[in-house]
Amino acid sequence: MDLSTSERFRLQQLATELNATHAELIDDDRLEKWPDLFVPDCTYRVIARENHDRNLTLSAIFCDSKGMLVDRIISLRKANIFPVHSYRHILGPTRIVSAHEFKITTQTNYAVLMTRADGHTEIYNAGKYIDEIDCSEDQPLFISKVAVFDTNVIDTMMVRPI
Amino acid sequence: MAEKALKNRGSSATADVAGYRVPYRVFTDPDYYRREQENIFQGETWSFVALEAEVPEPGDFKSTFIGETPVIVTRGSDGKVHVVVNRCAHRGALVCREMRGNRPSLECVYHQWAYDLEGNLIGVPFRRGLKGQGGMPGDFDMKEHGLRKLRVDSVGGLVFASFSETVEPLRDFLGPIVIEHIERIMCKPIKVLGDQRQHVHGNWKLYAENTRDPYHASLLHLFHNTFGLYRSTQTGKSVMDANKRHSLLYSIAASNDDAADKQAYGDSRTFDTEFKLQDMSLLKGRQEFDDGVTLVILAVFPNLVLQQIQNTLAVRQTVTKGTDGFELVWTHFGYADDDVEMQAIRQKQANLIGPAGLVSMEDGEAVEIVQRAVIGEHDAASYIAMGGDRPDDADHLVTEGAIIGFWHNYEKLVGFGIAP
Repeated sequence: MDLSTSERFRLQQLATELNATHAELIDDDRLEKWPDLFVPDCTYRVIARENHDRNLTLSAIFCDSKGMLVDRIISLRKANIFPVHSYRHILGPTRIVSAHEFKITTQTNYAVLMTRADGHTEIYNAGKYIDEIDCSEDQPLFISKVAVFDTNVIDTMMVRPI
Repeated sequence: MAEKALKNRGSSATADVAGYRVPYRVFTDPDYYRREQENIFQGETWSFVALEAEVPEPGDFKSTFIGETPVIVTRGSDGKVHVVVNRCAHRGALVCREMRGNRPSLECVYHQWAYDLEGNLIGVPFRRGLKGQGGMPGDFDMKEHGLRKLRVDSVGGLVFASFSETVEPLRDFLGPIVIEHIERIMCKPIKVLGDQRQHVHGNWKLYAENTRDPYHASLLHLFHNTFGLYRSTQTGKSVMDANKRHSLLYSIAASNDDAADKQAYGDSRTFDTEFKLQDMSLLKGRQEFDDGVTLVILAVFPNLVLQQIQNTLAVRQTVTKGTDGFELVWTHFGYADDDVEMQAIRQKQANLIGPAGLVSMEDGEAVEIVQRAVIGEHDAASYIAMGGDRPDDADHLVTEGAIIGFWHNYEKLVGFGIAP
């Protein structure tokens, strides 16, 4: 679908901001707010490139409802034990791949740096987001967010969303 | 060396009848690591290398490792699975640089020496020289310069390989209990669902302990407790083969008992039945086996775990990366005849296991906090005594007997003594 230049810029701006907010909530450990960026029957998937490239669906994290996102965070806070660490997302430009009315598909490269309690920062996970975003309301929301990661070997564990 | 090992180990390993002790140096000292590569991974053992389903067609290959040695698993034109060391017979280059694929032959990129899928040398460029110059010596025999071929055998579609010409046959090495439980899970054709890899900054043997340790399960992994998937008050057993190499842990969920749990755990942090999932579909599953067993952790010496947790089926392969690191490769699978709903169940339950597993992610941290604490220790030792100081089977899960079984085998193959 052809978009006017101004409409394309507007949608791209919305998608960029949504991804920036997504990164910020995770990096700042405001994880309880993170599910609010998704529609109720969303898909959130974090999948190794070696599986994605083979059309295999096995994912590190796979949620098919906003409730599952909430459960992940509650589990992180209440049940799971993991090394103390924080993330820092570095995002590339967001490109609109396709648009259908107010539903757009975008792609964004990312790198997640991890800092552990000893103060060392390392590249933890690099990949791309393939997102479907609903831009029909004031607050754009992820219908689907798929993080395909190049870093096939996960360092120790993955507890926070990517 | 062996004699010295036997003399020295007395104080650390077996003198204390009240508990079994493992000197921490075995987790950090490179001498032990070298002996393990020689005496365990290249010694009198069988290592897991692949599922047959990963190389279903002639020409299919997979690169992997036994210990730290790179190997290639191939399906030959004869339809059989072969395992060769991934090292050119010429000057030692990797022959296969990809993780997996399909090829008619294996060719080293350096000088294009070519091998068939069984590892036989079939081509050497300029073998007879060029314009009468150079070339290999006249008595050069292609048959003498193949890739190093390993012994290969499989049980239930799990492929094992060995460097040893003298090790007992695979089925004897595994023993009837392990074979029974491999065949229970591998009861029909499987379909590979994908891989997960994690690097753990700890010694591989800490993970061998972890997977033989039912004691920690309900104390470290709180997700299980919270949702009643696994509790120490469940009926469960810890069983070993006759040689105590391998460990089978299993439990039956039907035996869950809330009242008994409250009595056992009281208000400790490990028990919280108030905790409810917003989306219970995560725990939705099907009973696949008539025996009611919902959790099987089959740890096969030295490098494999075959698991069933609810409806997640997977093999976990340990690849050693020095004294203080190992890679854990999880290959998930379902059955070829899974219907759409079953495929969805397995995909969703995969959230429970692996490096991001709601249930299992803690194991990496458990290994690392030991590794970080035992750095530089020479004589200090662990203390293993839950359920006794012997490698005994138990019809409960409050035991560390299978860990002691692992170390008894380690003593035989490597020893706790100091290398010369």
